[in-house]
Amino acid sequence: MSALLAVEHLSVAYGRVEAVSDVSLSVAPGEIVTVIGANGAGKSTLLNAAMGLLPARGRVVFDGSDIGSVEAEDRVALGLCLVAEKRELFGAMTVEDNLILGAFRTGRSLAAETLAEVFARFPRLRERRAQLAGTLSGGERQMLAMGRALMSRPRLLMLDEPSLGLAPKVVADIFAIIRDLRATGVAILLVEQNARAALNAADRAYVMELGRIGLEGPASELASDPRIAESYLGLGG
Amino acid sequence: MDSTILLFLLQDGLTNGAIYALLGLALVLVFAVTRVIFVPQGEFVAYGGLTFALLEAGKLPGTAYMVVAFGAAAFAMELVSRRRELAARLVAREAAFKLGLPLAILFLAKAVVAAQPGAVVNLVLTIAIVAPIGPYLYRVAFQPIADASVLVLLITAVGVHLAMTGIGLVFFGAEGLRAPPISSAVLPVGPIVVTGQNLGIYAITAALIVALYLFFGRTITGKALRATAINRIGARLVGIRLALSGRIAFTLAAVIGAVSGVLIVPMTTLYYDTGFLVGLKGFVAAIIGGLVSYPLTAAAALLVGVVEAFASFHASDWKEVIVFTLLLPVLLIRSWTDPHSDEEE
Ligand SMILES: Nc1ncnc2c1ncn2[C@@H]1O[C@H](COP(=O)(O)OP(=O)(O)OP(=O)(O)O)[C@@H](O)[C@H]1O
Ligand SMILES: [Mg+2]
Repeated sequence: MSALLAVEHLSVAYGRVEAVSDVSLSVAPGEIVTVIGANGAGKSTLLNAAMGLLPARGRVVFDGSDIGSVEAEDRVALGLCLVAEKRELFGAMTVEDNLILGAFRTGRSLAAETLAEVFARFPRLRERRAQLAGTLSGGERQMLAMGRALMSRPRLLMLDEPSLGLAPKVVADIFAIIRDLRATGVAILLVEQNARAALNAADRAYVMELGRIGLEGPASELASDPRIAESYLGLGG
Repeated sequence: MDSTILLFLLQDGLTNGAIYALLGLALVLVFAVTRVIFVPQGEFVAYGGLTFALLEAGKLPGTAYMVVAFGAAAFAMELVSRRRELAARLVAREAAFKLGLPLAILFLAKAVVAAQPGAVVNLVLTIAIVAPIGPYLYRVAFQPIADASVLVLLITAVGVHLAMTGIGLVFFGAEGLRAPPISSAVLPVGPIVVTGQNLGIYAITAALIVALYLFFGRTITGKALRATAINRIGARLVGIRLALSGRIAFTLAAVIGAVSGVLIVPMTTLYYDTGFLVGLKGFVAAIIGGLVSYPLTAAAALLVGVVEAFASFHASDWKEVIVFTLLLPVLLIRSWTDPHSDEEE
């Protein structure tokens, strides 16, 4: 199967410091791919550059066409969507308005339909629909960020640490939703600190170290790789 | 000072204050969405007022040509900046918006001048002529540097203000103009009279504020503009083009400026460069509102108007000084109460 997203030889620098160096990865339609790595490895930088928020060298190919010159806001319309590490919610607006704006590029009729789906997936958001996003709890904010991303009906959803700061029960919920989304045909590129859960959910995985891809392969293989176990799963050593 | 004078000054102040409120709201809006401190806001007041006065006098205003010139400049800018992706469809669409539209407005203006259909049509036409200058201006001057710092944007805004004043001189000449009042009705209220012009100002200001409120609260475009103001990265992540938000904000600013100009030109003679001082009063109000709060800005604008009215009665030479001095205590209090933070969230 040809890749939905292919990142080829991507390098991203902040000033003169290169945070991502010559990274290549791909995500096939309907696939869950995870990128794991230590703090500061460059995972968020990679996702932000793939979204078009950061200038980068190298190629980003989405659905067969080079989208390097497409602005982030137009990548959304193509079906690429990022839940950023900082969530970037509209804090002074209601939950419902945040969600509706998530569908800014899909058209009104589809928006109403998708909103019902998102509310079905996150009943908590329906309860809190009139509350300001800035007053939500941490977990609710994650749900809203994911819900808002789903409102754009992405074909590829990039999630930057969706389980950050969540209770174990909620983490399990989030991963259930990720698997569920794949079942509806959405491809997912997942960046996680929680390497074990990520490797469990993913089909394939990349390990990032100091801005480069160190290891890659099927997630189940990497999960049993002793080098991974030592550094990322908190075993051995 | 007896109570008649007091009431008279109060009315005078509130009337001007209503105009300052409109301008202050436009400044807050433009700053929130684009981070531009919109110094040239007053130029739109002058352009609007002068355009209306000329239309009322049965003459074709220079702005009808000016809008074509601005449109052509914006069109050229668009083509140059997107030269890599030039397709027939794109060029055609840009030509329609930036060349076709202003030309249509020019011909419409000529037809209206020939037909002389009255003040309401002239008001609408004034808005139609001045409004597109806003987005064209954004395209030419601000969109290319949309990511620059607030300071760079401010310096650009000052430059644009100077340029627009010069352009105003070219298209309108140095002569001042005044228009007949919207309505010559007078309404005695107790010891003072309220003119039809006053009522018109209150009504139109109130209507515009309500319209803006509904626009931001109810429409998806209005919400997108608010979203841009709250979180620019978040806005991009849901697919809101910052350039589009900028264009809409500048269009609203131009409309508000034009309407303000139409409202004041029957009360005071406007020159090509009068707008700046009027805009500055709106600016004082916007600063008191911290450049973020719409209600506070509107309230402050009324205060500015009233202070100005009393100042011009008691010390007319000093009225501007007194009005601008209002800023000092406000800035002091602000700097004490909310410690400065650069956080972007
Ligand atoms: N805006 C920035 N300016 C300068 N350096 C930055 C910037 N953002 C990130 N960096 C640096 O780039 C490197 C990669 O950061 P990045 O946020 O991509 O890491 P990460 O893998 O997502 O880490 P974490 O797991 O902690 O989220 C880090 O060394 C970081 O300090
Ligand atoms: Mg990160």
